[in-house]
Amino acid sequence: MLTYTLKRLLLTIPTLIGVAVLVFFMLRIVPGDIVEVKLRGDGGNVTQEVVDAERKRLGLDRPLLVQFGDYMWGLARGDLGISMWTERPVIEEILIRLELSLEVAILATIFATLISIPLGTAAALFRNTWIDYVVRIVTIGGLSIPSFWFGMIIIVSLLTLFNWLPPITFTPIYVDPVANLSQLIWPALAVGYRYCAVTARMIRSSLLEVLAEDYIRTARAKGVYEKLVVSRHALRNALLPAITVMGLEFAFLIGGLVVTEQVFNLNGIGQLFVQSVSRNDFMLIQGMVIMIAGFYVIINLVVDLLYAVFDPRIRYGN
Amino acid sequence: MKKLILGLVGVVAFTLAAGPQAEAQQPKRGGNFNFAISAETPHYDCHASDTYATLHFSSPFHSTLLRYNLSKFPDVEGDLAKSWTISPDKLTYTFTLHEGVKFHNGETFTSADIKATYDRLRSPPQGVVSTRRATFADIESIETPNPTTVVFKLKAVNSSMMDHFASPWNCVYSAKDLAADPTSPRTKINGTGPFTFVEHVKGSHVSGKRNENYFKKGLPYLDSYRGIFTLQAAAMLNALQGGQVLAEFRGVSPAERDRMVAAMGDKLRVEESSWTLNLLVLFNTEKPPFNDIRVRRALLMAIDRWGGSQGLSKISTLRAVGGVVRPGSPLATPEAELVKLPGFSKNIKQAREEARKLLKEAGHENLKFVLWNRNLAMPYTPAGVFLVDQWRQIGVEVEHKQSDTAPYIAAMQSGNFEVAIDFSNLFNDDPTLSMTKFISASKNPLNLSRANDAEIDKLYELQLREGDIQKRKQYIQALEKRLFEQAYQQPILWWHRIVLSHRTVMGWKMSPSHNLGADLAEVWLNQ
Repeated sequence: MLTYTLKRLLLTIPTLIGVAVLVFFMLRIVPGDIVEVKLRGDGGNVTQEVVDAERKRLGLDRPLLVQFGDYMWGLARGDLGISMWTERPVIEEILIRLELSLEVAILATIFATLISIPLGTAAALFRNTWIDYVVRIVTIGGLSIPSFWFGMIIIVSLLTLFNWLPPITFTPIYVDPVANLSQLIWPALAVGYRYCAVTARMIRSSLLEVLAEDYIRTARAKGVYEKLVVSRHALRNALLPAITVMGLEFAFLIGGLVVTEQVFNLNGIGQLFVQSVSRNDFMLIQGMVIMIAGFYVIINLVVDLLYAVFDPRIRYGN
Repeated sequence: MKKLILGLVGVVAFTLAAGPQAEAQQPKRGGNFNFAISAETPHYDCHASDTYATLHFSSPFHSTLLRYNLSKFPDVEGDLAKSWTISPDKLTYTFTLHEGVKFHNGETFTSADIKATYDRLRSPPQGVVSTRRATFADIESIETPNPTTVVFKLKAVNSSMMDHFASPWNCVYSAKDLAADPTSPRTKINGTGPFTFVEHVKGSHVSGKRNENYFKKGLPYLDSYRGIFTLQAAAMLNALQGGQVLAEFRGVSPAERDRMVAAMGDKLRVEESSWTLNLLVLFNTEKPPFNDIRVRRALLMAIDRWGGSQGLSKISTLRAVGGVVRPGSPLATPEAELVKLPGFSKNIKQAREEARKLLKEAGHENLKFVLWNRNLAMPYTPAGVFLVDQWRQIGVEVEHKQSDTAPYIAAMQSGNFEVAIDFSNLFNDDPTLSMTKFISASKNPLNLSRANDAEIDKLYELQLREGDIQKRKQYIQALEKRLFEQAYQQPILWWHRIVLSHRTVMGWKMSPSHNLGADLAEVWLNQ
């Protein structure tokens, strides 16, 4: 298992290098110049001389290959470079927002897990009864309603019913847990609903499939209690595809909550992504793409390792 | 709807009636003021910026030499300058400075700081960006005969000089700081303004607390403030309604105002003014058929600005019809003269008939082209849709292409466009800055129409060097006439500013520019 994990971790290096090379050159094809946006984007009457001087100061006048070499050398040393918009280290820009985005993702995952497993299981066990129908309606709702719209409904409801809104500035959980949760629980709920719906449907269909397997029939024939059949034999196997979905959803939540973050005025990675794209801040975009790619790789690894926990037949490294 | 309109009328009427009385109340000291800033500055350096995002962030920390008196806009008043004199030949400006002014780090402010600041603005050292370098090109020398006197000598008369001195972006920095590191204002804050810097949490907020040593005694009234970045209008409005922010000072659209009036009633203060911003339509004069004056002129003549103003003002921030100077301001062309210029006729039927004739003469009766526009909902989208519809009415087919700022600017700079919507972001009514866009492209690459016109260059220079206001006005109007007759570019409509705040916010002054009055020194909370 340890060798397998190390191998997988080492494989992330060429993956991330590939991502870095691809993103670096693809971004250079996109039309637009951050210096122009910075100096003239708000109608500034700046001279070409000033624009050229700023381009030189940021090193954008150097040949592309020299810029690429510098970037890759920095990457090799763990340096993601400097944001061309704020001129602060990219890693600093990301880390400020990452705490919030991670917390929303974790809260949404907790919410989705706590709700989806019993919901999906109940729907499968009581197939084609009113319980199943209710679960199906609720989950189809979750899949159909965009998270940002649900977020808007939450905000409007809070404003209308209680004349209250969640805080709009972030307080870390270790500083003030109440302020922190009263801000983040709502976006977590908004995105968690969809997350929960996807997972619950996956668990339902997977569990229905597993319940029809021979080994379940055998277990029942041997007189094993139904609760044990479901919890020990069926659910553990049925959870495997659900874990994959949950892993992918979690990784998506790190950088994909663009509109939801805007609705709740959250200073997260999604919002930063949109801003840096609209400004052509190549360094920041590259840094975020690499970070998100890294998250996907690591979460996939965690999911693969969790397979072994839920299914003892899976043994990596043998 | 009726309820909404009545509510709106009531609130505006209440504002107008109660405003002066409310302002006359004795200001109360104390309190923390949360307000929204709808964009975040990339850095703290006012000299390198042209965006209000920097001003709404930095102004409370800094002072300027002069500033606008917002109660009598566009009059100028002293900020760090106590008084000043201008020599009869208008080539020497002598400023007497306030004494006993301290920077936030405790250093004493002197005339050397003004000199260092303006030297940085007009001749930035290596690694420093000054977007106002050209603005101060007429300064020949800056002398500091004593710590409270600073003398600016000009190479030539510059009729816009006082406005340039009052620019809110001329934050005064410490000479010592600049000597140690001329780039320090990008990342460090050390001013003489009413508030001292507390923190800037990237993407979240900036906060400041009262400068107890502020040189204007008794000010500021607030203990502290927090400027919260709310990049989405909907989030800002929700926060305003929920009381998490008490104001936003850039401006909102009429629809947003109406929503808030309906939701908040008399808790809300609505202040409105004309705005020193306009959208322009411009033609790439190097691209056929827009190198043909008849085609350009026909397209301008087809635009019903007067009718459009009525419709667009209900759904967007666009409102006033005007030329190159803000309508209603001292140097603006009066309406009676404006209607004689191409594109401003009130007889739109006749104007469109002439436009069709011009297109026929030019051989472009079935003209098709792409209109470039920025991908910003307010007011760019309604302006674009409006133009497409106006041109459709003379048989012209237009594709409306909206793009993000970066590719839009790239297309403008490279000349890879036919017709575009451009914008003027001004902080005053002095036309020199706005008319820079019209100087020949060979002299100024900012002329996106890429036109070269010696007559316009001559008139621009004449108005700049003219000390007599009436003569200057004549030059400005002559330039405007030439510009519109040649149809290189033309304002579509001027913007209308609507600012919302809770009634508890007092002392803030409305002005035609969102770049002014952001220092919060006189703001207080009536709680």
